[in-house]
Amino acid sequence: MTRTIVPIGPYHPLQEEPEFFTLTVEGETVVDIDLKLGYNHRGIEKLSEGKVYDQAIFVVERVCGICSTSHPFAYTQALEDLASVEAPPRARFIRTIIAEGERIHSHLLWLGLAGHFLGYNTVFMWSWKLREEILDVMEILSGNRNNYAMFKVGGVRRDIQSEDIPEVLRKIDSIVPTLEKLRKAIMEDPVLHARTKGIGVLSREAAVDYCAVGPTARASGVARDIRKHCSYGAYEEISWQMIVAHNGDVFDKLLVRIKELFESINIIRACLSGLPDGEIDCRVTDIPPGEGIGHIEAPRGECFHYVRSDGTNRPVRHKIRAPTYMNLPTYKSTVVGETISDAAIILAAIDPCYCCTERIAVLDDKGQKLHSGKQLLDLSRQKTEQLRARFGV
Amino acid sequence: MGLLDDAFLKSLWVFHLATGSCNNCDIEALDCLTPRHDIERFGMLLTGSIKHADVLLVTGAVNRQCIPRIKNIYEQMPKPRLVAAIGECALSRGIFIHSYNCPMPLDHVIPVDVYIPGCPPKPEAIIAGLVKLIERRKTNKLTEKV
Amino acid sequence: MLQLLKDHFPQAIVSVHDRGPKRVYLEIDAGAITEVAGHVFKELGARFNTASAVDGRNRMEILYHFTLEDINLVLSFRVFLPKTALVIASLTSVFTAAEWIEREIHEMFGIHFVGHPQLERLLLPEDWPEKVYPLRKDYEEWDPDAVRDRGV
Repeated sequence: MTRTIVPIGPYHPLQEEPEFFTLTVEGETVVDIDLKLGYNHRGIEKLSEGKVYDQAIFVVERVCGICSTSHPFAYTQALEDLASVEAPPRARFIRTIIAEGERIHSHLLWLGLAGHFLGYNTVFMWSWKLREEILDVMEILSGNRNNYAMFKVGGVRRDIQSEDIPEVLRKIDSIVPTLEKLRKAIMEDPVLHARTKGIGVLSREAAVDYCAVGPTARASGVARDIRKHCSYGAYEEISWQMIVAHNGDVFDKLLVRIKELFESINIIRACLSGLPDGEIDCRVTDIPPGEGIGHIEAPRGECFHYVRSDGTNRPVRHKIRAPTYMNLPTYKSTVVGETISDAAIILAAIDPCYCCTERIAVLDDKGQKLHSGKQLLDLSRQKTEQLRARFGV
Repeated sequence: MGLLDDAFLKSLWVFHLATGSCNNCDIEALDCLTPRHDIERFGMLLTGSIKHADVLLVTGAVNRQCIPRIKNIYEQMPKPRLVAAIGECALSRGIFIHSYNCPMPLDHVIPVDVYIPGCPPKPEAIIAGLVKLIERRKTNKLTEKV
Repeated sequence: MLQLLKDHFPQAIVSVHDRGPKRVYLEIDAGAITEVAGHVFKELGARFNTASAVDGRNRMEILYHFTLEDINLVLSFRVFLPKTALVIASLTSVFTAAEWIEREIHEMFGIHFVGHPQLERLLLPEDWPEKVYPLRKDYEEWDPDAVRDRGV
């Protein structure tokens, strides 16, 4: 049987680099994949070494736009670990609120993209419209829709005014009914079940071997969530649940993320109602020599920062490891054996954040460009149409 | 040439190119398509192919690996063509100016017609920038810009 | 926990730096890394986080970070390599998660990992010159066309 090489085109509608992965295909089944990174590499670890600790927070915020709070959060945890200080309670609660707000916006973004790949453009428009409400909430709390710049070593930079809280709660309450409707529509759709159940299964052993993190791992039964196990922020002081599923297929990844959305809403409500009074900054004056590690649960998994300092006010080494770095290699294990019309949605289920991973490109071996990215997306949508016809929907 | 100008400016199709960006500007640009800001009512569509595009929206601090591809894409774009640089990174690389993998700013690679600052610029700012581009084109007549 | 590790590998552990119940740093012999990593991953059930390489003045060091979530502990194993012999065994035989990070350390610092199935470039572009390692302290700008001022 002849093997053909199929480069997958732009995964993110946002990224337009021509190719991403090279799939080797026999007939319709994917046999092997090859991935090459490098298009988003901006040398942030080296940049960090030239900056003062306070400036490095802003560099680190721009590692990724979608998880733009996770990196400063982990970085400030690392510095606080170094300096052996702890942020005051009010600061910890505010940090948790911002982090959960980011989780909601990231999962809604993902939901829209997943819908887009399956051909459900209405889901895309609806979830991004809901997302606007959350971005409004973040704008009320921090002043900006995306790069919040709320974190600082030892606390947060801005306080939450109590007169803003009713407005925030009102906005959050206003999206819950629509979210419920969306959730029902998605969960009860037979075509969606047919498209996502049993597809792209990541077994528990593979998840452990690849050291996958976040919803990708939790959908395969690996019950690990940094928020539960490693106390940071306010997660220990409020009650919330970790969501785990066991089949490891695309449907479970979808389920885990949607349930996490609702949990995050509850966490924000609990934090806002239980917000303690007090200082928001513990005023760290200098960073002693030593090393610090900070890790937190970003929307995609565990974000890990390691900082080594020698007593001056610039870091000697700042290592950043984003969650997608561990999750992306699992694509190899999940897509081999599946058909190419499912390749796009299996990739989407990992929720890759390429700018965090430092980007993807392609190896175009024989110059055989059989399908462009757009055509692969179209293949995926055609399959949905066929299933729709079959189910009479 | 009046008819051509009018027809061109009434409905600009945009092609989006991300060159080593953190995705924030990309998401804000995509946000323009969603129901709240909805630029489709102005006739602006996001196209998948550069050969159908009128405006090239570039985001990101220009990565070393992306430079030949940016030039390639710019060359493939049919005239009249306009380029919009969105976000601080596309303007001058922003905080990545000393990065070893970002050697030069965007306007050393391709000519840029409108610069939209911000990190990220809000969707309103992007729309305002594109409107300014349209206004300028109207007053300047459609000549090929150097 | 520490006592368990110490008993298991008496020769390999050179020194221990206990920063509290959540963070422990152990310095071990470069030759023993595969055994120690294998034991921690398989028997203790730890998850491999990442590996950070640091360019020191006289020697390079690699830290391998493992997390044991259930007891909220991050274990870091420190390995020193002399600058004349930057070679160490690869951990890909123990778990697949090490593949990418070792490629990255190889192209950023120049450390060679023996036994890695595909030790080639991960992040740097193809036209990046050989033997130029960006994250080393002695890295210098090699590109004459780079524009580093703001043009003001």
